[in-house]
Amino acid sequence: MSEKNDILVQVDHLTKYFGIKGVKGPGVQAVEDVSLFIRRGETLGLVGESGCGKTTLGRTILRLHEPTSGKIVYDGQTIYEHEYPFAPKTVQVKGKDGSLTEETTLVKKSVPREKAVDMLPYRRKMQIIFQDPSASLDPRMTVGEIIGEALDIHKMCPSKADRTGRIKELLGMVGLNTEHANRYPHEFSGGQQQRVGIARALAVRPEFIVCDEPISALDVSIQSQVVNMLEDMQQELGLTYLFIAHDLSVVRHISNRIGVMYLGTLVELAESYELNKHPIHPYTKTLLSAVPVPDPEVSRTRQRIVLEGDIPSPMNPPSGCRFHTRCPYATDRCREAVPQLKEHAPGHWAACHLLDK
Amino acid sequence: MENNEKSGKLLEVKDLHVSFFTPAGEVKAVGGISYDLNYGEVMGIVGESGSGKSVEAYSIIGLLQSPGKVVGGSITLEGEDVLSKNKQEMVALRGSKVAMIFQNPMTCLNPVYTIGNQLMEALKAHDKNVSKEDAAKRAMEMLELVGINNVEKRMKQYPHELSGGMRQRVMIAMGLICHPQLLIADEPTTALDVTIQAQILELMKDLQKKTHMGIIFITHNLGVVAEICDKVSVMYAGKMVEQGPVDDIFYKPGHPYTIGLLRSMPRVDAESYERLIPIEGTPVDMLNPPDGCPFAPRCEHAMKICLQKMPPYVELGDNHRSACWLRVQEQVAAGKTGPAAAENKEAGDHE
Repeated sequence: MSEKNDILVQVDHLTKYFGIKGVKGPGVQAVEDVSLFIRRGETLGLVGESGCGKTTLGRTILRLHEPTSGKIVYDGQTIYEHEYPFAPKTVQVKGKDGSLTEETTLVKKSVPREKAVDMLPYRRKMQIIFQDPSASLDPRMTVGEIIGEALDIHKMCPSKADRTGRIKELLGMVGLNTEHANRYPHEFSGGQQQRVGIARALAVRPEFIVCDEPISALDVSIQSQVVNMLEDMQQELGLTYLFIAHDLSVVRHISNRIGVMYLGTLVELAESYELNKHPIHPYTKTLLSAVPVPDPEVSRTRQRIVLEGDIPSPMNPPSGCRFHTRCPYATDRCREAVPQLKEHAPGHWAACHLLDK
Repeated sequence: MENNEKSGKLLEVKDLHVSFFTPAGEVKAVGGISYDLNYGEVMGIVGESGSGKSVEAYSIIGLLQSPGKVVGGSITLEGEDVLSKNKQEMVALRGSKVAMIFQNPMTCLNPVYTIGNQLMEALKAHDKNVSKEDAAKRAMEMLELVGINNVEKRMKQYPHELSGGMRQRVMIAMGLICHPQLLIADEPTTALDVTIQAQILELMKDLQKKTHMGIIFITHNLGVVAEICDKVSVMYAGKMVEQGPVDDIFYKPGHPYTIGLLRSMPRVDAESYERLIPIEGTPVDMLNPPDGCPFAPRCEHAMKICLQKMPPYVELGDNHRSACWLRVQEQVAAGKTGPAAAENKEAGDHE
């Protein structure tokens, strides 16, 4: 396929902070300076622990959250661009005992937004499948209405017959019966509800879908059905996925490339196979060794790296490399300087000072 | 903690039936399961949501809520019949002999009491004469045992001040503070991240070695089972479809449901891309369970008899048994005449 190297989504230095009322400074630093690209027709997996900003990143790319700064390019068109609006400022803080200490905080300056396009035409091309199917379907709308609403907004089916036909076609595509169009979401099982969510996303014939933990709310025996269906859809419709999940084994299965996130930053990005065989960032290594393998022999023999402690708060992330508080190899340099994402082997990117030698 | 090296049978569950009497009809959440657990053993109970794995555990500890009711069978813990106990006796039993830890520690810890307060409350509930200082000392020892540092400070903190992993550690400490013989862990790591899950699993393995207690580990994650369990029971729609040592379940599974589950999971250490083979269909509607084997409607090998009659258990190896007509058929073909095989010779004719 010649299309393979065609970049569909590109994100440069994307940052998303959630300001907190009454608190000065940036607030929750959910996504910090993330740059990546997604090729047309590929699946980019995004893994990380809860609170690492993977969902926020997915939503920010779609501009469901308005980014704080950075640049998003979709299919060659810039849909958002904004300069980083914070500057570090050193202020003197009076301690309890009266002594003065210096502290650096981020202070907002006003920067005019460079570009922010109307998203409506892009919503047709970029869609999302949510994690919790029961929460993302309106309980008062029938399945037919839920799917039809997307068609109406984009005026895709002018005649009523077209619309019903398209809804039926979509239900068939996701493995539901056509009679299901008149039922309400609560009449379905979790797996079926997720199929409705997928049908809704597919209704507008999108090119790019953000799958935000689409299977983690489902039972084990249903998960593989949905994974297979997503793969089939990709084959048939030439879709591009950003697949967000915390379950590494599923992400490993479905993705061409995987990005690993830790506390808002992208720490490693590589081909799926390469990442699993030769992880180079210390966090990826621990993450991989923590995944339980359904094989008693393997789990008895393998060496596990158990991390101490918990994820720090994104409201007050550690200085330098954000992983240094839990990293077994951390040095002084890690505490001071922020490591940049660099290409260490073809297509294998990582952000770690230890790899610079 | 003292090391009481007891051996032999700790818990025996025989033909347990639990039903929920709902307005829509009786839901047979657990339909006749039997197993036993020795001291120092970890048994995993695997199943999908609604398979009855939690209900089964709740009935052991007497926390089954209305409209749920144990309608048959027996539960024997250290030689005592649990089901015949009255309310007060159950209160005495909980905590001191059986303890339970739950999936979501935030909903199980009281948000308006400090950690120390809650830990000491558990102690005082079982020993009225314990002094405040002793109770505090024991509580701090327990916190240290579960790997929490800075215990003096933690004792004064509230649950919301702790992280998810830390809360689960507090839950474990609370469960173990009265030295129970049996710990029931209901999906203790499901709400946690993988790196925290790894920490908690290591901790539970470690504590189990130190205390020699029996653990019932309820989960839907087969990876976790492989990690921590000695034996496994696989449940489907309230029935125990397969039971055996952990190696047998993973390497020689005998029931199509177990085989299907193992096959449908992607593995993080897979060498190359392989398409997943899912179990088709949807889980059973427990209000209208099918006759015969509950898995039959989703089973690719289903025969006529599977839809009519629940298969008997067939011994497949040492302590390894499975309820499947296919296995019955094999045994008949091999000429083995077990008590079940003789009675069910018809299985062979119903292809």
